[in-house]
Amino acid sequence: MKMKGTQILLECLKAEGVDVMFGYPGGSVIDIYDELHRNPAVKHILVRHEQAAVHAADGYARATGKVGVALATSGPGATNTVTGIATANMDSIPIVVFTGQVPTHLIGNDAFQECDITGITRPCTKHNYLVRNPDELASTIREAFHIARTGRPGPVLVDLPKNVIAAEVDYDPAKIKINATKLSLPPKPSSKKYVQFLEMLRAAKRPLLITGGGILLGKAWDELRAFARRAKVPVTSTLMGLGAFPGSDPLFLGMPGMHGTYFANMAISHCDLLICIGARFDDRVTGKLETFASNAQIIHVDVDPSSINKNIVVDLPIVSDAKSALENINRLLKDHNYTATDAERKDWLDQIEAWKKKAPLSYCQDTEHIKPQCVIETLHELTKGKALITTEVGQNQMWAAQFYRYDDPNTFISSGGLGTMGYGFPAAMGVKLAFPDRIVVDIAGDGSIQMNIQEMATCMQYNIPVKIVLLNNGYLGMVRQWQELFYEKRYSNTDMTFQPDFVKVAEAYGWQALRATKPGEIKTVLEQGLFTDRPCLMDFQVSREECVYPMVRPGASISEMTLGTREMTN
Amino acid sequence: MEKKENVISLLVNNKPDVLARVAGTLGGKGYNIETLCVDVTINPDVSKIILTTIGTKATVQKIEAQLARLIDVIKVENLTDVETVKRELVLIRMSLTADNKNELIRRINQLNCKILTFNSDHCVLEFRGNKAEVDKVLETLKPLGIDDIARTGIAALERKN
Repeated sequence: MKMKGTQILLECLKAEGVDVMFGYPGGSVIDIYDELHRNPAVKHILVRHEQAAVHAADGYARATGKVGVALATSGPGATNTVTGIATANMDSIPIVVFTGQVPTHLIGNDAFQECDITGITRPCTKHNYLVRNPDELASTIREAFHIARTGRPGPVLVDLPKNVIAAEVDYDPAKIKINATKLSLPPKPSSKKYVQFLEMLRAAKRPLLITGGGILLGKAWDELRAFARRAKVPVTSTLMGLGAFPGSDPLFLGMPGMHGTYFANMAISHCDLLICIGARFDDRVTGKLETFASNAQIIHVDVDPSSINKNIVVDLPIVSDAKSALENINRLLKDHNYTATDAERKDWLDQIEAWKKKAPLSYCQDTEHIKPQCVIETLHELTKGKALITTEVGQNQMWAAQFYRYDDPNTFISSGGLGTMGYGFPAAMGVKLAFPDRIVVDIAGDGSIQMNIQEMATCMQYNIPVKIVLLNNGYLGMVRQWQELFYEKRYSNTDMTFQPDFVKVAEAYGWQALRATKPGEIKTVLEQGLFTDRPCLMDFQVSREECVYPMVRPGASISEMTLGTREMTN
Repeated sequence: MEKKENVISLLVNNKPDVLARVAGTLGGKGYNIETLCVDVTINPDVSKIILTTIGTKATVQKIEAQLARLIDVIKVENLTDVETVKRELVLIRMSLTADNKNELIRRINQLNCKILTFNSDHCVLEFRGNKAEVDKVLETLKPLGIDDIARTGIAALERKN
């Protein structure tokens, strides 16, 4: 039957199971918005900045495992989505971003609000399209979703010229063809790989698992838990993988790397078999590559072949999604009746316990000043570790990763790869819409929160009661820390004492807002703020020059850490 | 590890921005495309891009993996050490003067160049061969006054499937 492009778009979204999209109108997309008005097929959240639309779609995708959707107009609307798209690209998050575009006959003319967004986002999308022909609209949209969610997920942008979506064409969902040549996944690894895996595991005296975002994207957390427990292998998780393995499990070692735990970094440096599943050996994790896991053979399971042997040459590469790899491994262990005994793991696990006791995560408590770590710990206690946490970037992000224990998958949502300040608050909106009955908290700094603070209006309009725990130190905290440690305290342009009264700003938006200035007030403020059904900002005025520890200096080996005033090397 | 010139052959979907994607992937990672040859194959929906880039074995393997990841790239092959026929074409424009005319005609025949146009004051020649042969021809003709050239870059085809 004949349908207008705008109708086809909404039909395709429905067919893809999209129930919410985030967007901001403009001239090039006004026809789409007119269609939405007539046919509210998909719930649309009007944000206050296109960057927030993309971050919200991203947060929604991470929380639900579905493909997030954002819509922006052409020109500046499209360019405002770039940071969000690059954020999703670095963390491999499945989203589809639709941008309006000037009519096809004006493309290349420097028309009003024209911009070559497909050119601009080519390097930071998994793939993108400019739909030139209305007959290709439906198949392009379906293909976009397929690409976003398969293999290594990623953001896909679809640029929609105004005349293309205004045109009427035949729409028959049964006739939609997806170009399958490249959309199939790489071949499954041969069973020999898994046999070798088992051999290496059997031979290992000090095995260690390092897991990342790939476990969550591959929905492989059950298989991971089964494997780690059966083989009694301790687990460290990158920032992106937190929650895949329960933080409270005795086998869990916390996060490794630049701000990882002492015991995780020591375990990596001393293990003889490092099993990496769904992580990419990022520089924040490895530190100096030459000394990374230098005593170990390395197994690397990753769905993206280009990720393997990219930073580190490994002994056993396995190209596979995490779930089927772990299924195969678990089956093989079962077939061979393999379970690690307590006796064979005793020495290694005892050594790890000793490291845990030697340098647990710690900070100095203070009666006068609020310690940000204490705020996070109290947050964990009051929410029983069951809140959904998003973070901004910097010190707030690191403390959120260290001092809140994540026992369930998809409960820690943070911009790891790109490190985008301003991500956490709009992402929290997406998460809260996905899980309205859970407490959703954005852990923020005073720098980051000002980057998308306008979304307070969006939360009021749609009644999205996100909670913001603001760790307010009046600094661009992480940069200040580097300036303290490496630039002899030359605080160049990091002092942000000039800030608004955040409580008044939040109240101006209609939010509930609270402030704590003394340690004794932490618990009361959290109790008052977390459990209401209103959006709430809690301004914790924290100790200004607190640093994140442990810290591995840039370029150093991860076995050389600074722990507060004590240097620890081994 | 030593750097050397690698010939990479890509089969890609014949679509408007595919070349930009391939070029962008290399440029974005800091690699230079030394030569580029692209045209449609016997299948009108599929184009072949043959490019050369200089790098170590490890680097080139990473480049190939990055290219293979692209949605519009169907197949990536490194033809550097494979049994292939490699050919390049160059068009050469020379100014003709009373001084160089005779010498030039003698050289053209000696080097196996083809004359495409021949006027009173200039000519355009064509030479086909592998890269080393093309380089040699240009080197030989340079002292006689080359006006301008246009090189196609390497086309390469495996000897057998």
